[in-house]
Amino acid sequence: MSCVETIQNYAFRSIGIGERLLPKADFTLCDHFVLIGSGLIWNVYFAVLALCSGFFFATAVALARNSRLAILRKPAQWFIFVFRGSPLFIQFFIAYEALTLLPRNGLEIDLWFAQFTAETRWLTRAWAGALIVLFLNTSAYSAEIFYGALRSVPKGDLEAADAYGFTGWMKFRKIIWPTMLRLAWPAYTNEAIFLTHATTLVFFSSFPAWQQKGDALYYASYLADKTFNPFIPYPILAFYFVLLSLGIIGLFGLAYRRLNRHLPGTAGGRLRPRPFMVR
Amino acid sequence: MFEFCSDPKSLEGLRWFACYFTTGKHLLFYQSFLVVIALMLVTVPCALAMGFAGALAARSHVAPLRWIGKGYSALARGVPDIAFFLFVPLALDQGLEWLRHKTKCPDWDLPVRQGNDFVVCAQAKLPLSSAPQWQHELYGVSLAVIAFAFVFGAFAAFVLSGAMNAVPKAQLETGEAYGMTRRQITWRILIPQMWVYALPGLSNLWMILIKATPLLFILGVEDIVYWAREMGGTKTQAYDYPHGDWRLWYFLGLLVFYLSLTKVSEVFLARLSRRLSHGQATMAGEEMRRAA
Repeated sequence: MSCVETIQNYAFRSIGIGERLLPKADFTLCDHFVLIGSGLIWNVYFAVLALCSGFFFATAVALARNSRLAILRKPAQWFIFVFRGSPLFIQFFIAYEALTLLPRNGLEIDLWFAQFTAETRWLTRAWAGALIVLFLNTSAYSAEIFYGALRSVPKGDLEAADAYGFTGWMKFRKIIWPTMLRLAWPAYTNEAIFLTHATTLVFFSSFPAWQQKGDALYYASYLADKTFNPFIPYPILAFYFVLLSLGIIGLFGLAYRRLNRHLPGTAGGRLRPRPFMVR
Repeated sequence: MFEFCSDPKSLEGLRWFACYFTTGKHLLFYQSFLVVIALMLVTVPCALAMGFAGALAARSHVAPLRWIGKGYSALARGVPDIAFFLFVPLALDQGLEWLRHKTKCPDWDLPVRQGNDFVVCAQAKLPLSSAPQWQHELYGVSLAVIAFAFVFGAFAAFVLSGAMNAVPKAQLETGEAYGMTRRQITWRILIPQMWVYALPGLSNLWMILIKATPLLFILGVEDIVYWAREMGGTKTQAYDYPHGDWRLWYFLGLLVFYLSLTKVSEVFLARLSRRLSHGQATMAGEEMRRAA
């Protein structure tokens, strides 16, 4: 089988397009690259959706955490503590067990104007269940980062905003939020990279890879199991992830430049990886 | 454990739970918590040593050493740690067996890799197939510890080299002015002073390490996750203590365990950092001086 055929058969194997059976023997280098690359679709899917949705929720949680009202602050504190203080792996297990406990044939929801059955089975599938966990997890980590940045928004900026008559939403949207993002961005980049790495855990916790549709690490370990040779699949996986990390740094660097575009000169213009692990 | 536990089927209420939580398997479950903590405590010095070596290598004047040091810490940050946990034990196992194979069976002429198999002679197996069970388990656990030390060593190398760069240059230059050699400056001035700069990064690393321990389960170690799944699964009437699917409760127990572990560490590390900042020329040290 030529490499082009392999690409045709397996490039989208992880989302169920192409050949049903995975190759069983005589693995070529091409098989490795295509299959692991196909799994990467899931990693990108989880990372992009979790980060994009988590970003907004994290902002909300960070604001709640900074609130003077205990009714907002306490839940935000607990949310951040629980998700940052426990392993993601355990969170996956708990979520899976909790979601499988939902009734098999759906929840009967009886609203006063309508009755309907909410399907719950899709929640136990990785694409939904694991995404929820990743979303909550990254929200908690990012919220802590944003909260730290929110606390260090310069006092002068706020006073200037007051002097110009900014209040409420406009003050937040035009002054606080951009400054907060600018301060948080290097750490947030780091969080994005770590979250992308964490997506490899999905199919190694309790979420089953349905019809062998797994992520990059799932296929890498499949190949390592079959060939009993870890020296080919894992370096390929590493190669893909280094590329992915560099891509994230590049994208976030562009955003960082935009956030800093009003600052004079080159000061803070370039995103430098932070010498600090936030996870 | 208790006397009244001899007939589990007749028990009810509190007594049932008292007996249930003291079965032999539960005692093993409790032991596995200690195993996990012990593994962390073993991993920390190994990882620190690896990180220290990596950080020193990254500062070396010999170019290849420097590349190794920098590449090591960069690689582990660019690649998911779980990939290393899967890779390192397998690679190490095969590497060791291959080395033993080369030395113990020099006249073996078949290739080691035959298609999808990895074949070494019987004497080269690690541990030997005749070895008792505990040796197999110990071997598995040590491979796991090495994998952890490898990954966290890379993180530690990154933190430590950052800390080494944070030590004020003037300090090192003073050493030079006194005619110290490079080695003396490193060991007498740089290393004693870098710890306070390294502490925030290292405490963070400890937190990451705590949260990475459930991954031992993936490495096949019978750790708390393994036992929680085992004990929580549905037990039919054939068992002494039948119950439904309680895995959720067991995992919630693990969650509480981890939350308390991180909380305790947080408090402890905050204290330590206060201690170390005392009298240091840093912001925290300066604040403490003013407050006093």
